[in-house]
Amino acid sequence: MSTLIRERVPVRNTPPAAVRPQRRRLGRRTILLGGAAVAWLLGFIFLHGTATLNLPASELTDLHRTLNQVNAWVADNRADNPVFQYLLTPLRSAVDVVANLFTGIFAASTTGLRLPEIGWLGTVALLGWIAWAAGNIRVALLTVAVFIFFGLQGLFVDAAYSFALVLTAVLFTLLTGIPLGILAGISARVSKVITPVLDFMQILPTFVYLAPLALIFLIGPASAVIATVIYAAPPVIRLTAHGIRGIPADTREASDSLGTTGVQRLITLQLPLARRTIVMGINQTTMAALSMVTIAALIAAPGLGQVVVRALQSLDVGTAVNAGLSIVLLAIALDRVTTAASRRAEPGAARNRRISRRTRYILLGAGFVVVLAAIQLSRTMLWAAVFPKDLNIGPGIVDGVTAASQWLQTNLFFLTVSLREGVTNGVLNPFQSLLTDTPFYLLALVIIAVACALGRWQLGLVAAACLAVIICLGLWSDAMVTLAGTLVATSVVMILGVIFGVAMGRSNRVDQIMRPLLDAGQTMPAFVYLVPFLGLFGATRFTAIVAGIIYAAPVAIKITADGIAAISPTVMEAAVSAGSTPWQIITKVQLPMARKSLALAANQGLIYVLAMVVVGALVGAGGLGYDVVAGFVQSSLFGKGLAAGLAIVFLGILLDRMTQAAAVRPARKTAPGKPVRH
Amino acid sequence: MSNPDISVRNLWKVFGPGGEKIPKDASLSALSAAELLARTGCNAAVRDMNFDVGKGEVFVVMGLSGSGKSTLIRCLTRLIEPTSGRVLVDGKDVLEAGTGELRELRRRKMSMVFQHFGLLPHRTVLDNVSYGLQIRGAGKAQRYAKSREIIELVGLKGYEQHFPDQLSGGMQQRVGLGRALAGDPDTILFDEPFSALDPLIRRDMQAEVIRLHKEMGKTMVFVTHDLSEALKLGDRILIMRNGEMVQCGTGDDLVGSPADQYIADFVSEVPRADVLTLKWITGPVAFGTPADAPVLAAGTVIRDAIPAVMNSSCPVLVEDAGRITGQIDRDSILSVILGTEAAA
Amino acid sequence: MSRTSQLLKRTLPALAGTAAAALMLAGCGGATVNQAVAGNGSATPCGSVNVALNAWVGYTADAAVYSYVAQNKLGCTVTQKELSEQISWQGFGSGEVDVIMENWGHADLAKQYITDQKVAVDAGPTGNEGHIGWYVPPWMVQKYPDILDYKNLDKYASLFATSESSGKGQVLDGDPAFVTNDEALVKNLGLNYKVVFSGSEAALIQSFRTAEKNKTPLLGYFYEPQWFLSEVPLKKVSLPPYTPGCDSDPEKVACDYPDYKLNKIISKKFADSGSPAAKLAKAFTWTNADQNSVATDIQGGMKPEAAAKKWVDAHPDQVAAWLK
Repeated sequence: MSTLIRERVPVRNTPPAAVRPQRRRLGRRTILLGGAAVAWLLGFIFLHGTATLNLPASELTDLHRTLNQVNAWVADNRADNPVFQYLLTPLRSAVDVVANLFTGIFAASTTGLRLPEIGWLGTVALLGWIAWAAGNIRVALLTVAVFIFFGLQGLFVDAAYSFALVLTAVLFTLLTGIPLGILAGISARVSKVITPVLDFMQILPTFVYLAPLALIFLIGPASAVIATVIYAAPPVIRLTAHGIRGIPADTREASDSLGTTGVQRLITLQLPLARRTIVMGINQTTMAALSMVTIAALIAAPGLGQVVVRALQSLDVGTAVNAGLSIVLLAIALDRVTTAASRRAEPGAARNRRISRRTRYILLGAGFVVVLAAIQLSRTMLWAAVFPKDLNIGPGIVDGVTAASQWLQTNLFFLTVSLREGVTNGVLNPFQSLLTDTPFYLLALVIIAVACALGRWQLGLVAAACLAVIICLGLWSDAMVTLAGTLVATSVVMILGVIFGVAMGRSNRVDQIMRPLLDAGQTMPAFVYLVPFLGLFGATRFTAIVAGIIYAAPVAIKITADGIAAISPTVMEAAVSAGSTPWQIITKVQLPMARKSLALAANQGLIYVLAMVVVGALVGAGGLGYDVVAGFVQSSLFGKGLAAGLAIVFLGILLDRMTQAAAVRPARKTAPGKPVRH
Repeated sequence: MSNPDISVRNLWKVFGPGGEKIPKDASLSALSAAELLARTGCNAAVRDMNFDVGKGEVFVVMGLSGSGKSTLIRCLTRLIEPTSGRVLVDGKDVLEAGTGELRELRRRKMSMVFQHFGLLPHRTVLDNVSYGLQIRGAGKAQRYAKSREIIELVGLKGYEQHFPDQLSGGMQQRVGLGRALAGDPDTILFDEPFSALDPLIRRDMQAEVIRLHKEMGKTMVFVTHDLSEALKLGDRILIMRNGEMVQCGTGDDLVGSPADQYIADFVSEVPRADVLTLKWITGPVAFGTPADAPVLAAGTVIRDAIPAVMNSSCPVLVEDAGRITGQIDRDSILSVILGTEAAA
Repeated sequence: MSRTSQLLKRTLPALAGTAAAALMLAGCGGATVNQAVAGNGSATPCGSVNVALNAWVGYTADAAVYSYVAQNKLGCTVTQKELSEQISWQGFGSGEVDVIMENWGHADLAKQYITDQKVAVDAGPTGNEGHIGWYVPPWMVQKYPDILDYKNLDKYASLFATSESSGKGQVLDGDPAFVTNDEALVKNLGLNYKVVFSGSEAALIQSFRTAEKNKTPLLGYFYEPQWFLSEVPLKKVSLPPYTPGCDSDPEKVACDYPDYKLNKIISKKFADSGSPAAKLAKAFTWTNADQNSVATDIQGGMKPEAAAKKWVDAHPDQVAAWLK
């Protein structure tokens, strides 16, 4: 429609005069940054330890006490407040019904012997069949193998619980997310309202809303599912909207020119063309759901998460690895099946089939008969209902890993401890002290100045608002502890991102080796990372930081690698033909040209690290994460935990906006890019 | 034109905030495009456009990219909402039409063929061609029967079950053409339909359009930036620049008497002998031209007159509506051909 | 295409045959689900019990023995849920939790859930007496005899400093969920210390074990009954003595922890259901030695279930008394 506009505007909007003020801006930025750094150092040296706003962990502000009363208020009013009576409680019951249905089918019925309704054999057969129908025979075999392996690990019931909860959560997520996504795709106004909400939801670390949700919806599978829906909805909403908005303008125009109504356009054009993107959204949503269902063990969600929690509490690395293995395998199976389903959903995929549609339907029908037979078997025979106990290799895995980790702990003790102490004393403590011991007003001004330098005064305003909220919440010092950990971890993530990203971007072979590893790393739920490092390094901030680095590095590496691989081959040829050395090419061509990707990688790295540093409170990360955990488990600290959750969100917004501003800095005219979640 | 199919009156399309005020404001509407942009930040893509398209006519809108021609053609069915003015189709103003009426207009009266085809990648050729019929609510058997007919007409028989990405660009555009034809509209709008195609295929498709026009006699509004295409297809040609009409007339009007230097530059490379008719080189009957000299019609294209003139020992007389209007000779023809070559 | 359909014609009957055979097989040989249901369900109408599982081994021992008896003597279906202390109480309201087997004080929660909301009831003492306090490994007492008085702690603060305690002495706490006043104690007693959380009981035990073995200094939160004290007899640091009410304001606490009469809490619904498992929960009592013996077995690598069985088999009279 606006080819005309697009052709014209860029030509007219770049008057040569724009160059000069830009240079002046650069000067201003340097002055701002330099001034801020000097002020900070001077303040740290001369005003050391004053106005640090330090609040000991067991102490509360009036605000926290007020928030504590929310707890009591909800408890008192749950029974007769209309919001609970007519909205929240029925919602909880509805979710509970579905969750119980699925857990009953796959994991354990609520009555009698607590056998799954369709037994392990029926479950394996049914899920294999569904994977076949939605994807292909290969993913079906994978599904069957993975679920049988759960049985061999002795974790079939736990895995089935996790799977059933994921299924429930994904179902509810799709029921709400796809319509919302469609609305956001069709209406620019809805999109405008919904986008900041989604941004906010994605910055929110998973851990933060468990306590409020448990307060409102009580503990149990229902609130676990609701928490999961909140966490898993953004990808499918975003991708559905993106799929619909991404339909080429000329295709849509062609359809309009034939006089389609809105509904006709949706059904004949938008949904079919967006189908693949929507299924990709379902894939991401499923992965997110699995990650959250695991963490929701903390509010009594049954399943593999419970095993991991137990292992965390008893420092049982073997059990944790065994359960972690299950989680990873479940993640891989879910990922592969939904990916295969999205391939099947590609337009025109149907015509490349080796077998005709009819043959396929007949085969599927025959397969279903086998599934029914398996279910019938499971309902009558005990060996097909409960996975045979003699086929249990779980203890073997547990003992093996425990022995290995014991060996590591005894023999690498010196190495791990000196590494931990070296990093903590050499880097983390000085940096943290630089943040926590500088007077708050000075440091806040420094951060605002940096924000102004990175963006314009608007960003400075945003930064000031975020910092003001954190100060008002009474958690400045804790926020600085968290910030210190996050920044240290993100720096390491970026170093890894650049090293591996450059290697991958330059060499196809490295890319081929690394990419599956990174994909696997990304599908792993956050929880799984904690235990092995806990075993190696003990419960310290260092452990949380290491876990955060491992969690965030794949994203950063991938974004950097993509950015470097995307540099036009012509530019590279030109650089090579000019006689540049590889080092010169990396530093003079590839890194500068991938600068936007690097900034995006930093942005994503920060958000991931922040999320992990909060979960890392379970293994010794202090700061806001600890406040959240403590508020979660000690009712006298509930209000403080709530406040800490809010503070994390504002810290996240602050970091997100600042790195995004850094990302758009090179090309001033482009709009700020939306954060990409992987 | 006694009974035009489409009449456009005072049509404006202004992009930008507050654009709706500009056509009414004489001081603003008189500004040039650059001044308007500087003063208001608005972009007048179509400015005060007036023209009629006759029934069965092939009406070509021509201009360089950015001249507003694509916006203009979209304003006809309100794919782009015009800012002001009137578009009369069968005497009714399209701009006044309600949603339902507009939809009916798009479904039955005017179909469009797009530069990048706009085919639905998830549908077969057959389903793409029958899309419009499906939208209208036609039954499956009926729409498939009609679509098969159309597919044969546009030369795609045998490709019904193919998907768009299995076809070449030219064949894809045949599907686009078929889709536009399937609804049996009175008018077909073409938005640079062949500019994405290779030259050879483009020539085939142009021939195809001429053939279809001969067979079906539909009114066609054809947007192009290619002058030779315009001259080849158009009964009349409207030339646009910066949203304004510069000249509107038949091909030889434009080449023979360009309205200004812009058009003159535009047409300077056209092989004039191929476009101009004899009327442009007819001189007064010279003394001594025999009365029985050969006679040619004034509407004959110069190139077609060359054999007659070369074979005649004397000048050739030119006749228009039964009256001798003058004569031509070898010199006048050669001057046209030479002039073209000199310019080239 | 034609080949696939031929293939189909051949495989379909084979598949159907397999399915039929499987069904036939189901009819003969092997234990059936119905037999299992009959064998299990006939005993009592006990139904199911949800037992919260808090994160220390002593608790696990209580819960294991209770679950074992309920399952095997009463025929109940027992579900254990890994939950932290306060979250377990929340479970009374939602029906997620029926039994907490070892409760340490928690006057505020008792007020909220027993007195105000009336969703839980006190099911009586477990017979165990609990002590919380600050402990040091035995070697330190030999080397620094006056260390067991809190007034002398500041003298040794530098000894206890670690990379996590920002220059002060470190007080190592357990899971943030455990009952603790340590932060307030440090502040209100004016000690130059910082509380650092190890995250779990297991981490605490490991730290104390390492400290005793390597003779490294460590000051930490600990409690009894605890099986580990028989492995390494940790020494308790004396804090200002407890007086009733001195810990009523959690932010102003400056005294030792009280002696806890550990008790069991069960949900009101469960108590009113008349389930034999509820009666068992009320009747359950044993000694610190009992708990420590089971806990030591569990810690030694025995499955909680097996450890419970061992204890139950060795104490038939006591179990019979609970079931009366």
